Amino acid sequence: MGKMFAILIAAMLANNVILSQFLGICPFLGVSKKISTAAGMSGAVFFVIVIANAITYPVQLLLDAFDIAYLQTIVFILVIAALVQLVEIVLKKIMPPLYEALGVYLPLITTNCAVLGTAIKTIDNGFSFGQGIVYAVGVSLGFFIAIIIMAGIREKMETNTDIPKAFQGTPITLITAGLMAIAFFGFAGIGG
Amino acid sequence: MNKYMERVYNGLIKENPTFVLMLGMCPTLAVTSSAVNGLGMGLSTMVVLVLSNIFISLLRNIIPDKVRIPAFIVIVASFVTIVQLLLQAYVRSIYDALGVYIPLIVVNCIILGRAEAYASKNSVVLSALDGVGMGLGFTVGLTLIGIFREIIGSGTIFGWNFNETVFNGAYTPVTIFVLAPGAFFVLAMLCALQNKLKMPSATNTKEQSDDTCTFDCAACSMAAGCDSAAQKKGEK
Repeated sequence: MGKMFAILIAAMLANNVILSQFLGICPFLGVSKKISTAAGMSGAVFFVIVIANAITYPVQLLLDAFDIAYLQTIVFILVIAALVQLVEIVLKKIMPPLYEALGVYLPLITTNCAVLGTAIKTIDNGFSFGQGIVYAVGVSLGFFIAIIIMAGIREKMETNTDIPKAFQGTPITLITAGLMAIAFFGFAGIGG
Repeated sequence: MNKYMERVYNGLIKENPTFVLMLGMCPTLAVTSSAVNGLGMGLSTMVVLVLSNIFISLLRNIIPDKVRIPAFIVIVASFVTIVQLLLQAYVRSIYDALGVYIPLIVVNCIILGRAEAYASKNSVVLSALDGVGMGLGFTVGLTLIGIFREIIGSGTIFGWNFNETVFNGAYTPVTIFVLAPGAFFVLAMLCALQNKLKMPSATNTKEQSDDTCTFDCAACSMAAGCDSAAQKKGEK
């Protein structure tokens, strides 16, 4: 249980997926203008990362069994691409309200490197199935924390006129991300 | 300049993926903590880009339009796997340093972007040269950022410790530049510089273009693929 908690905290804060691993930078910068859209995006990411991890883990066991582990990259990206389509169809049928909320973000996630990165790292770290799921939850919570904080700051920055013209928009967002990354270094000691 | 050289020039200077288009930011931020890593990542991406461009161009009349994105992904992923195995076998230090970012070349916007925007519409030679140009542009971009961060952050160039040799260790490296926040700061400066150069001024009388430095998903050509997929769904 202690190990699980350590994995969760490490994935969420100390090794934050965006601020220290640089996975999922595109949605982090592209969809963080408003808190509501940021929340929608991170909801979709949470959904896909956790399900993708739950599926790629047994797939890796299968690859290992047939001694074709080198096909990992090809198989994982196809599984994830198919999975995103499947999740979209299933959500539309079973949970229309959730589909309404997350629908537009789902197709964008196929190429989100956080999903493939998390799946591969779970295998590389030698996690068990349960640990892999906890890790996936931690990663997506980390994504959620980072993108929500960023969206909150950007909503405030929108009205700030002190920012030099050349720095408005993306540059100031990147500097904010850098400062957030420094702050997240504070978590480096805990959770290892 | 003939149209072949124009492709290389276009990728290297005019539409440099790192400095102008700002594509493939995940590896740009993640692996440029030293010049060697940047160079290794750039060259790996270039190899994948050239080979996948050639293959996609060869198969451009065979792949049905509806399944082109999955087909591209399979082609790219195959070449990424080949590069990954080659690196693992022959350049172990780079393989260890780049780690998970090697398989992640698959989801690099530049590669699928070029496949979708160029290789699937043009001849083999032009597509290959387009890959060479874009790949070189990416390599130069990553290497320059890597050199910059390495000099400031650890006082070395390509591993050569100029700080000890030349300055007798008088320079205290700003370690934060090789850590995660430094990547964001360097990219922020690059982005601001680009905005500054595009601003109207006494020497720049061109009308200000709208393509200031942004990271909207629109910049990533993959999003175009997603959009067209969404549109097709709407049409049904």
